[in-house]
Amino acid sequence: MKRERKRKIESFIALSLSTLAALFGLFWLVFILGDVLIEGIEALSPALFLNDPVPPGMAGGGLRNAFVGQLMITFFATLIGVPVGVLGGTFLAEYARGRKVARVISVLSDIMVSVPSIVIGTFIYAILVKPVGHFNGWAGSAALAIIMIPVVLRTTEDMLSLVPWTLREAAFALGAPYYKVIIQVVYRGAAAGILTGILLSIARVAGETAPLLFTSFNNSYFSTNMNEPIASLTVSIFQYAMGPYDSWHAQAWAASLMITVFILMLTILGRVIIRWRYGKR
Amino acid sequence: MPVLFKKNPIDVAFSIITGLASLSVLVFIIGILYVLFTESSPAIEKFGVMKFLTSTDWDPVRESFGAATSLYGTAVATAIALFIAIPVAIGIAVFITEISPDFLKSPIGIAIELLAAIPSIIYGMWGLFVLVPIMADYIEPALQSTLGKIPLIGILFEGTPMGIDLLTAGIILSIMIIPFTASISRDAFNLTPEIVKESAYALGATKWEVVKNVVIPYSKLGVFGGIVLSLGRALGETMAVAFVLGNNHQITTSLLDAAATITVTLANEFTEADSDIYLASLFYLALILFVMSFITLAIAKFFLLRAERRFTR
Repeated sequence: MKRERKRKIESFIALSLSTLAALFGLFWLVFILGDVLIEGIEALSPALFLNDPVPPGMAGGGLRNAFVGQLMITFFATLIGVPVGVLGGTFLAEYARGRKVARVISVLSDIMVSVPSIVIGTFIYAILVKPVGHFNGWAGSAALAIIMIPVVLRTTEDMLSLVPWTLREAAFALGAPYYKVIIQVVYRGAAAGILTGILLSIARVAGETAPLLFTSFNNSYFSTNMNEPIASLTVSIFQYAMGPYDSWHAQAWAASLMITVFILMLTILGRVIIRWRYGKR
Repeated sequence: MPVLFKKNPIDVAFSIITGLASLSVLVFIIGILYVLFTESSPAIEKFGVMKFLTSTDWDPVRESFGAATSLYGTAVATAIALFIAIPVAIGIAVFITEISPDFLKSPIGIAIELLAAIPSIIYGMWGLFVLVPIMADYIEPALQSTLGKIPLIGILFEGTPMGIDLLTAGIILSIMIIPFTASISRDAFNLTPEIVKESAYALGATKWEVVKNVVIPYSKLGVFGGIVLSLGRALGETMAVAFVLGNNHQITTSLLDAAATITVTLANEFTEADSDIYLASLFYLALILFVMSFITLAIAKFFLLRAERRFTR
């Protein structure tokens, strides 16, 4: 009887510790999100979106240039990264299905997903900034696109693999060539999944700072010229948070809130689509 | 799965286009290696490999550079992060798979994933404005007056608690990698066949004994892969650490001193490098980081693949 009690107590202690660990994880989430919300909402104002920065140390001003710049960099990154990623994923799941080449590229993509983004920044600096002679927006987009491609490629591959093979056979039986089957049957069946992959990849790069530090750099003036240095929210947050002025800190919190809300909404939206399309998994 | 379809020209073209798109990943990997290698070649020629890795110099004025200080900071911050994150993450995974009532499983899973989605710049800024003061005012003095009094261990907590140091950086990193480790461990735990667990319960095992003797042995490959993957991520984390580590190129024995990691050095100095050899040395650091994290991630992937294969035979 004694041994049984000891085992029960041991089990209880271990399970309590696990529960504490879960609470510990949730505690940080609430702590960080709470701070971003409280500090961010306090600093939100229409001026933040409508005004450009004022000289350092002066009150007022906003981050219109950074919002526009961030949108442009992210938009062009998506424009480059998504087609390449979707097409590449198509190759792995369809034309190269079951071949060694598909496995190798798939594994390499998984590794690339987690490669430090700052390294990609240095790579782009060497090929798109140094030869041009100055920082530019295109370099920023290119760096983000390289981060996006493996993410989109892997999710596309997984989603296409979920489409039952019999569907393709049914289309083949009607005499459809393979490319038509892919475009009209497979893509249609996996559309929700591919869309989720795209949303998650945008969420992944929207908060990237390191690769932008020495590609698109920063610009204290409003600019939509992608051939020149262009401001971005994330680099502005870095500059403002490290800076000495309270007004800068407040704006950095507000910008952080906007980015966090944007990313969390994309993440949740992606999950909702998957749940609605594929049921509970 | 051999595909039988009539070769028509559009199909051939489409397979070539998609094939090239998928090869882009390979091109990036080889391109990054090649470009970083050529860019850093002046530094490689001047400082060699072993000398660069072991030299503690980082002196732009005398143009003498070594990676040891950055490597040391990277290693220590990552070690602290894993030390905190592994037990917590495994605890979370045990909670989600074995303890939590069904209606809580999904919300907690989502919460952990949201924690993983928060970008690192937010962690960094929050660390600088919220965590650093807490560390400097409460936690670090408390550590000094308790653990700091113990001989040998006390060395780790010497100095003035400023909050901008290796310990804070390690804690921020740990918060960042807990979600990854937890979700991969959870997936690994879920691969344990239900029937084996049921059998253990039928023999009268307690819940903890089932976790300890059935679930963990079954999923140790996957959990280990998850830990190595988190390690690979932690090595390359930049912004979360850049705010709270200072940029101090010295090897310190105390965890309460500012230091530098490879990523922080790159982020702070890349745009300021004023001489060719300085820039080449920074590229050299980037190359070392790329190779290190690539190898780490490849090892992780190897274990995760083996873990999957065990069950899908």
